[in-house]
Formats: sequence, structure tokens, C-alpha cells
Amino acid sequence: MSAASFSAAETQRSSAVVDFPSTSSCFDIEALSLAYEGKPALRDLTLRVPRHRVTAFIGPSGCGKSTLLRGLNRLHDLNDQVTRNGRIRLEGQDIHARDVDVAELRRRVGMVFQTPNPFPMSIYENVAYGVRLQGVKRKRELDEIVEWALQSAALWEEVKADLHASAWTLSGGQQQRLVIARTLAVRPDVLLLDEPASALDPISTLKIEELIRGLKSQLTLILVTHNMQQAARVSDYTAFLHAGELVEYAPTDTLFTNPRLRRTEDYITGRVG
Amino acid sequence: MNIPRLGGDGVWRWLSGACVALSLLAVVALLVLVVTRGLAHFWPADIEQLTLDDGQRIAGIARGSAAGEERYFTANRDLDGQVWRWVETQAIVTRETPPALLYAERRDWGSFIGRLTAVETPAGERLQGAEAERRLRRALAGDAEVATLYVRNVEGRELKVAFAQVASIAWPNRMDVGDKLAAWGHGVWRFLSEAPSDGNTAGGVWPAIFGTLLMVMLMSLVVTPFGVLAALYLNEVARQGPLTRLVRIAVRNLAGVPSIVYGVFGLGVFVYGLGGRLDSWFFAERLPSPTFGTGGLLWASLTLALLTLPVVIVATEEGLARVPVALREGSLALGATRFETLRRVVVPMALPSMLTGVILAVARAAGEVAPLMLVGVAKLAPEIPVDGEFPYLHLDSKFMHLGYHLFDLGFASRDTEAAMPLVFATATLLVLVIVVLNLTAIILRHHLRARHRALEHS
Repeated sequence: MSAASFSAAETQRSSAVVDFPSTSSCFDIEALSLAYEGKPALRDLTLRVPRHRVTAFIGPSGCGKSTLLRGLNRLHDLNDQVTRNGRIRLEGQDIHARDVDVAELRRRVGMVFQTPNPFPMSIYENVAYGVRLQGVKRKRELDEIVEWALQSAALWEEVKADLHASAWTLSGGQQQRLVIARTLAVRPDVLLLDEPASALDPISTLKIEELIRGLKSQLTLILVTHNMQQAARVSDYTAFLHAGELVEYAPTDTLFTNPRLRRTEDYITGRVG
Repeated sequence: MNIPRLGGDGVWRWLSGACVALSLLAVVALLVLVVTRGLAHFWPADIEQLTLDDGQRIAGIARGSAAGEERYFTANRDLDGQVWRWVETQAIVTRETPPALLYAERRDWGSFIGRLTAVETPAGERLQGAEAERRLRRALAGDAEVATLYVRNVEGRELKVAFAQVASIAWPNRMDVGDKLAAWGHGVWRFLSEAPSDGNTAGGVWPAIFGTLLMVMLMSLVVTPFGVLAALYLNEVARQGPLTRLVRIAVRNLAGVPSIVYGVFGLGVFVYGLGGRLDSWFFAERLPSPTFGTGGLLWASLTLALLTLPVVIVATEEGLARVPVALREGSLALGATRFETLRRVVVPMALPSMLTGVILAVARAAGEVAPLMLVGVAKLAPEIPVDGEFPYLHLDSKFMHLGYHLFDLGFASRDTEAAMPLVFATATLLVLVIVVLNLTAIILRHHLRARHRALEHS
């Protein structure tokens, strides 16, 4: 079965399954298409991401889920080869509007990457990095924010003894939580997680998942994962993408137990990958 | 060397190993030759007195032999018209080392070998024999005054030498090893700390050491910001495309341009162009004698900065390219602008590579001579370009350089053979200066790297 066999209408219908008042939508994506060097990566994608919920994007490698995620904080801006059509609104505001400050957008829409990427600085400096960029200079204030962020990321107890050790001395799981703490420290509204646990061992993965569930009271989370159990465990809504198209978007329980489309069912049961 | 291992085939291993061994051997041999010859020059060797079968007497220091003949350094250019003598070994009847023979370095006419007969004090008092020597020793130590020395070579010819002309006097045949060691140390110190004299063939090389270091430092001050900024622009700011690729190729090719061409460029653009203009604007009252319109420290530093620019650019670019995209994105995702990311993440991580570039630039610049000959190096400039007079650092003054001094001693001095030990000593020093400059930068880089060690492993 090829992606082309899904009509646009079908896709639209499937996304309509997710139903919540538009006032509680965080991201509003409208007819978004993205292409790398002319090759389409996302085709005419429309979906709404609810506020203070965990939304998962799943799908096989190359389906465009990471591309979509990176579109949400305009990381594609760095690449001249990317062309875009359509609109993304964050809390009602077009993120591509002329008057949007990209740096401020990225502060509001934090991102955690697949491989932990702490800066070659101390643990403290890593967390303080973004805060300092916001102009916070007083040591007292910085100390408070650093402690709060590390506690929010469930890392404080493990590192409080030596905050000035190099971040590179931490384990992979700790590094990933440090990166989450670093992102939380600038008080984002949204946290984008690009396969945050794929490079980690099962125990570290568990910790990250607990963290994700705990954070949704504070902010909106969007999780890209190729691990369907993970999506099922932590997310409230799940969107299944394939070949750059949104195939099905539904509350996670519905999507995993009673998918509307055969294609979704084939993927989540592992018949197609 | 990183030759892949080809299965169990030992030939490659041997071949590559042999190449490494050969290279090492060449380096070690070069260093040993230069250093031993250079340092041996300051050792007060015994002076032999020979009587030949025809009754002639010769006093000198043995310096090699060939085909049944021996070569002696006999000094006394003003008496003999030459300083070297080849003597047939068969013709030598007796060899002695009389303790009374002295070796004096003079500020003119080179060295003297002979005996002291008398000294004259400034008051006109004339002292003879042992008393004369005592007085001379005290004068050398600075406790007494002597105006003139009366000396005699081994054939009995008298010579009058003003005390002010004497740079040093030693009686090597009377010295034990301890004395000689002390004299050797003193000689090395004088070589390092004094200005050259007697057409550069005597005295020290301090102005050349200072000139080399100062010029290299000024050059680093210029080339580092320029090179780093150019690399930042090429790698971080400019849109990557055919144009940036062309610029990169041009920069890399610039590194291959012969250094003398840079010298010509410096002469034309800096000295005549810029310097001439500066003179007509600011130093018109001194014309026609040029101030900046002639070679000098500033123009030499700028020329070498230009010469080493590609090295710094290439090394910096490599360092920037090595900073992982993940870290740049991590910074941007926290709300940092591109400039903030550059300043706080990218540049600190690329700093060791930038320093590598500067190290390479310094190594190249310190050894470069050809372009300097066109843009400001001098055969003799005993005054160093830094003094207590405003503006303290005299960018317009000519300066001495170890590399050029080496060339001058070895190939342009009055007696290149007599100057040969000094050539080796200067070469040793030049190598040493470059090693010290590099070590400083390497230690600095090591400290920076320690912070990013984890990165180096990943």
C-alpha cells in the first residue's frame, strides 16, 4: 500500500477524530507542506495540538515526524534548502509572521533532541545558559532557577553535591534530564521531545517517561517516538504519520485499541514498519 | 602516520616504521649537530703553541685536520692578515700549552692570541709582568682601571690594545674544568645578552632575539583577529555556495605563494604605498628622509601577518566545522540568537583549533627570512625598538632578526669560516626561540582543551 492511496479527504476525516474546543489548542497547524531541496517531506498537514497534554507523533523512519517537530520552533530556518507552505499558529499567533522574534519563539517552544547535547560546561552553567540569555545576572536568582529546573527534571538529588562538575561526566540518562532541566529553566510553554529516550537504557527511559507525564501540568509536550509502547504509555493523543502525510490522529487509547484505518492498525501491530 | 594495516603483511609495517625512524634520525641528527657545534663555540679550548721545523712559531686553537695537515685558529688578523693556518703534521717539532698564553676578544679586528707584556693605567703608570696581569684581572672584575694593554704574539710582535676594545680575556691553558665551565656559562650569557660587535662576528645577539620575538608577537596580534574573523565569516555567516568555495580555494592557495612574493607585496603596498602616504601626511617635516616610508617593524609584522593568514583561517575553519550541529541547535532551541550561540558555544569550543592556527603561524613566521629582507630587517640595529622614549614601541624602526643574522654571519660577513660556530649558535637559538614560542601556545591550548576533553573523545 502506498501513501498516495490515502485521499486528502480521508486524512482530513481522520484528524477530525480529535475533538476539543479550539480555545484549548496550543499549536494549530494548517495545510503545512515542507520540502527539502524540492523533495516533499510533509504534505498538506493539518492538525491541532492540545494545550497541557502530551501528544505523540509516531510513524516509520522518514515519515516526517521529526521534520514536523523541527518546524514548530522554526529550526528549519537554518537550512536554506527547506521550503514551506501553510501555516503554524502558536496560541493563535502565526509563528512565521514578520514581527515574530525567532529567538523568543524558541525560548517559548523548547526542544530536547535524540542524543543528549549538554554544552561543554559545568552542570550549573548548562542550566543557567538560557537563563543568562534572558538577562538574569544575579547569582541568587540564577541559583534558585537552576535548583528549581534540576528538581523539575528529577536530577537535583543526583547532582546537587557537585553542580560545578562538567556536564560531560554525567551518564547518558542524566545528561538527557540535564538537557530537559536546561530547557525548563527558560520557562517554555511547549516542550518538543525528539525521540528523547532512544539513546538511553531502559531505566533511564523509564525516568524520562515519568518526567514527561509529570510535566504536562506545567506545559504542553510533543513527543516524537518510534517506540509505540512509549507513545501508548505517556501520551494523551497520538498522530500517525506516513510518507509525509498525517494518516490518523486520535486520543491515544482510541488509536491503539480501535484504529479507524487499516493502515494504522498494520503499523501499530507491527505488520508494517 | 596512519597507514592501514594490510592483513598479516609485514612489509608495510616495516616500510612505514623505517620511514618514521629515518625522519626521527634526521631531526635528531640536525639538532645534535647544530646544538653541539653551537654550544662548543663558547668552550674555552686550550691554546697550543707549535714550533715548526723551519723555526716558525704558531699559537692557536686546533680546529680539525685533513690529509696530513692540521688546521689552527690563530686569530690576530691585524698582525697576520689571516686567522686560519694549515700546518703539516710532519712539520711540527714541538707542541706546548704555555700557561701564559691568553685569548682576548676585541671589539675590532677579532680575537687576539698571545702574551701580556704590560698594562698602562689611565694615570700613565706602566706595570709589567705578574703585576700587570694582577692589575688586568682586577680591571676586568671592575675593581681597577687600565687604559692600555701591551701584548705580544708568539713571534714577538708587539701590539697596543686600548682596554675599551677588549670584550673578554681568558687564559684557557691555566683553567681547570670548573673555570672553563664558568667561562662557558659566561660566554653563553654574553651571547644572549649583548649586542653584536665587530661586523656581527663578535658579541651577542640580544637585539636579534628581541627583534624576532617582538616581530612575531606583533604579527600574532594582527593575524589572530583577522584570521579568526575571516574564518567566522566564511564558516558561520556567509551563505555556503560556489562563491564561498572559491574563496576557500583561494585562501588555501595563498598558503602556497612563495614568501618572497609576500615580501615584494609588502614593499610595494605597505612600505612605499602606505608608508609613503603616512610620511607625506604626518612626517612631512622629516622628508626626504623617510619615517614609515622605509622598511620597519610594523611593515615586517604586517607582511608576515599576511603570509600566515591562510594558516589561521584554515585551522579556525576546521575547528568551527568540528563543533557538533547538535550543540548549535541545542543553544538555538534555548532561545539564543545565532550570534549568542556563536559567542557562547561555538567559539569557545573552536578556541583550541584557533590556537593551533596561531601556533602554526608563529612557527612559520619566526623562521621566515626572505620577505623580511625587503620590508625592514637590518644587518645591524643594536638599539632594540623598545625604549623609555615616547611612544616606547618604535614601529618605524628597523630591527634585527635571528634568521637574517644567521644568513648575514654565514654568508655575508668578513670571515664566514670564523663566524661558522656563531652560525651554529645562532641557529640553536633560533630553534630554541621557536620551541619556546610554540610551547607557550601549546600549554595554553592544553589548558583550554582540558575543559573540552570529553568532546575530544566523542
